[in-house]
Amino acid sequence: MKRLLFAISLLFVVFNVEAGEAVPDAADPAIEKRMIALSENLRCLVCQNESLAASQAELALDLKQEIREMMKKGMSDKEIVAYLVHRYGDFVLYKPPVKSTTLLLWFGPFLFLVLGLILLFITIQKRRSQIADSTLSKDDERRAQSLLEQNQ
Amino acid sequence: MKLKFAIPLVLFLLLSAFLWKGLRLDPREVPSPLIGKPAPQFVLSDVHDPSRQFSSRDMLGKVWLLNVYASWCESCRDEHPLLVEFSGKGLAPIVGLDYKDKPEDARKWLDQMGNPYTLSVSDLDGRVGINYGVYGVPETYVIDKSGIIREKIIGPVTVSRINEKLVPLIKELSR
Repeated sequence: MKRLLFAISLLFVVFNVEAGEAVPDAADPAIEKRMIALSENLRCLVCQNESLAASQAELALDLKQEIREMMKKGMSDKEIVAYLVHRYGDFVLYKPPVKSTTLLLWFGPFLFLVLGLILLFITIQKRRSQIADSTLSKDDERRAQSLLEQNQ
Repeated sequence: MKLKFAIPLVLFLLLSAFLWKGLRLDPREVPSPLIGKPAPQFVLSDVHDPSRQFSSRDMLGKVWLLNVYASWCESCRDEHPLLVEFSGKGLAPIVGLDYKDKPEDARKWLDQMGNPYTLSVSDLDGRVGINYGVYGVPETYVIDKSGIIREKIIGPVTVSRINEKLVPLIKELSR
């Protein structure tokens, strides 16, 4: 048992060493954390279904290095995003900014919501008008009464 | 009443039209925000003679093409003969930006495939590439006399892209 545990712990050591090698230049953990948080909201241009944080594409690695350096220079997240948007366009942002070309994207769902509400309202109105106000005639009332009494 | 039955059909056709259009779009073609903006300045050394520096400023007053390539890039191999042919027409000088590549590999490659470039410079660490928003080599930029980027072609140039886009644009800009 002890041996097995030892072997397993050895395995971890090996993995740890490898993990350490895979992340070069991560000297400052605070910057690394900030960089990952920021790049999770940015799209990688090479493999477009991955975030910049997750991507291992060459360009993504370069850009992450660029972001680290900008952070070391004391640039704010906003400035760094502006730097990337200036080069690659709004496409790098997972959350597109509100502007004239994205109005439909942002407010389209609400448009559909309002449209749905209007449709709902119209339908309810229609149905209401279809319900005829009918009062029972004296004969019918008596018949209903007798039927109810029979059931009791 | 009959019209009501047509509504789902109309909606379906509308959706199909959007999807059909979507099939034909190329998601890799991201519109460059740099079109209409000044081309980023750079000073880099010549692939053939690293002691010689080239500044993008030297091209002011000329309509020119900046072609981003690399010897490791597969689709650059496809477009290369077209660039060689294009350079033969003498319409505009092509400056090659050897992106993240070893100059000796690039030299070998140009010797083998022919050299369409008036000049070719090395972007060893890809910094200039980042400034130009390069994300998929090859890419080709058309830059006008006052140093403004007028067009960007992502991916290899093709015969139709050269004839329909590049040639008319260069002729117009050169006037």
